[in-house]
Amino acid sequence: MENHFEAGIENLRQKLLLMASRAESAVNEAVQSLMQRDHDLAVKVRVDDDVIDQFEVKIDEMAIQLLTRAPLATNLRLVTVAMKISQNLERIGDEATKIAKRSRDLAQEPPVKIHLDLPNMAKLALTMVKDALDAFVNRDPIAARSIIPRDKEVDALNKELHQRLAQHMMENPETIARCLHWIVATKSLERIADHAKNIAEEVVYLCEAQDIRHTLGKAD
Amino acid sequence: MAEIVLSKIEPQNTSTAPANAVPPFIEIEKVSLFYSASQALKNINLSLGEKIVTAFIGPSGCGKSTLLRCLNRMNDLIDNVRIDGSIKIGGHNIYAKDVDVIELRKRVGMVFQKSNPFPKSIYENVAYGLRLHGVTAKSDLDARIEESLRGAALWDEVKDRLHSSALGLSGGQQQRLCIARAIAIKPEVILMDEPASALDPIATARIEDLILDLKKEFTIVIVTHNMQQAARISDHTAFFYMGELIEFGATAKIFTNPSQKRTEDYVTGRFG
Repeated sequence: MENHFEAGIENLRQKLLLMASRAESAVNEAVQSLMQRDHDLAVKVRVDDDVIDQFEVKIDEMAIQLLTRAPLATNLRLVTVAMKISQNLERIGDEATKIAKRSRDLAQEPPVKIHLDLPNMAKLALTMVKDALDAFVNRDPIAARSIIPRDKEVDALNKELHQRLAQHMMENPETIARCLHWIVATKSLERIADHAKNIAEEVVYLCEAQDIRHTLGKAD
Repeated sequence: MAEIVLSKIEPQNTSTAPANAVPPFIEIEKVSLFYSASQALKNINLSLGEKIVTAFIGPSGCGKSTLLRCLNRMNDLIDNVRIDGSIKIGGHNIYAKDVDVIELRKRVGMVFQKSNPFPKSIYENVAYGLRLHGVTAKSDLDARIEESLRGAALWDEVKDRLHSSALGLSGGQQQRLCIARAIAIKPEVILMDEPASALDPIATARIEDLILDLKKEFTIVIVTHNMQQAARISDHTAFFYMGELIEFGATAKIFTNPSQKRTEDYVTGRFG
C-alpha cells in the first residue's frame, strides 16, 4: 500500500528544489545582465519572476493540503519549514528582479568607470543558498549552522562596495544616479545572503526542533 | 472478586521524568497490573499535575485505558486482576485498606466512550448521584442540577425539558449530560475514556471546549486515539506502548519534538 502522505511530502520537497533552481538562475542572469549591460536578459529575469511567484503559491497549496492531514513531530516541522523556505526563495527571486530592473536602466546609460566584483559577491550569496538547500535535502544541521556566519562575509563585502561607490560619487557627482543603481544591486545581493541564512536557520529547526532565529550574534 | 495486592516491587528500567514543575496531584509509582498471568502495565511511574488536562495516548492494547481505570479502582470490578505499586491522589493512597471505594469514585468521576445516561429524565440523571450523596432538599437539588448542567454547557439546550427522557437527547448532548452527572457531585478528578470518539466534529468540538473550561476546576485525565484531540486539549501527554510508559511531557513537545523514536513513529502514523 502506498504511503500517500510520504508521497505528498516528497512532491513538496521536489517542488521546493525546482523553485530553488529557478531562483538561483534568476540571480545569476540578473547579475550577468548587469555586468554585460544586457538589456534583454534583464527584461527576461523580470518576466520569469512570475514563475517563481507561482512556485510559492503552489508550494503553499501543497503544504496546506498536507497540514489538513494534521502531521505531527518531524512531518509537522517539515511542512512548516517548507513553507518558510519557499517564502525565502520567492524573496530571492524578488531581489533578482530588483537587480534586473537596475540593470535594465543602467544598460541605457553610459557605463560607470569603476570595477565592482558583483559576480564574486553573487557567487558567495548563491553558494550560501545552495548549501542551505543541500543541508535541507540531507537533513544536516551541522552544515546548516556552518552557513550562518558566512552571512557576515557578504555583509562586509556589501559595506566595502558601498564605501567605494560613495567615494566615486563624491569624486564624480555626475555618476550619482547610476551609482545609486549599483548600490541597490549590491544591497540585493546582501539580502539574498540573508535569505540563505534564514533557510539555514529553518533547517536547524527542522532537524533539531530548536528555534535559533534571533539568538546568534547577540553577544557580539 | 478482584485481587488487589499492594506490595513493593523492584524498580525496572522504566523511569520517566515529570513534564515540568507542576506540583503532582496524582502520583503513580511503580504500578504494574496483571490480568491473570498477562501483564498489562509494566512498572509505570507518572506524576500528573492538578487542574490540567493530561492525555494518555498509544495504540490499542497499550494499557492506557487500564491505567485510567486504576485511578478510580474500576479494575477492582474485574476478576483476577492484580495491581502492584501505589497510586496517590492528593497525597492519599487510593489502594490503602481503609479507602471507601464509593467515596473514591465520588472524588474521581468518570466519563465513558459511549454516553450512558440512565433511562430517566434529564433532571433525574443529574439528581441521582446527588441524592446518593445526601442532597435531598428540592431547592438544593434544583440549584445543583442547574449549576452542573451549566457547567457542562448543556443548560440552555435542556432547561425547558428537564423532565423529558435523557434518551431523547443527541449523542453529544447525552455525553455532556454524563459530564454534568459527573461534575454534580464535585469530584476532584474527571477521567475520560475516549469521550468524543462516537461524536460528530461539531459535538466533538463542544466537548473539547467544555474540557478546556472544566480544567479550571478539575484535574482531567483523558484517553484518546485522536492525536489532534490530544494536541488541542491537553497540557501534558503520556505515550504508552505495550504496557510501558514510553514518554511523558508537555503536549507541545510530544507533538513537535518527541524524545523517543517510538513516540515519533506513533504520532507520525508510522505504526499503531
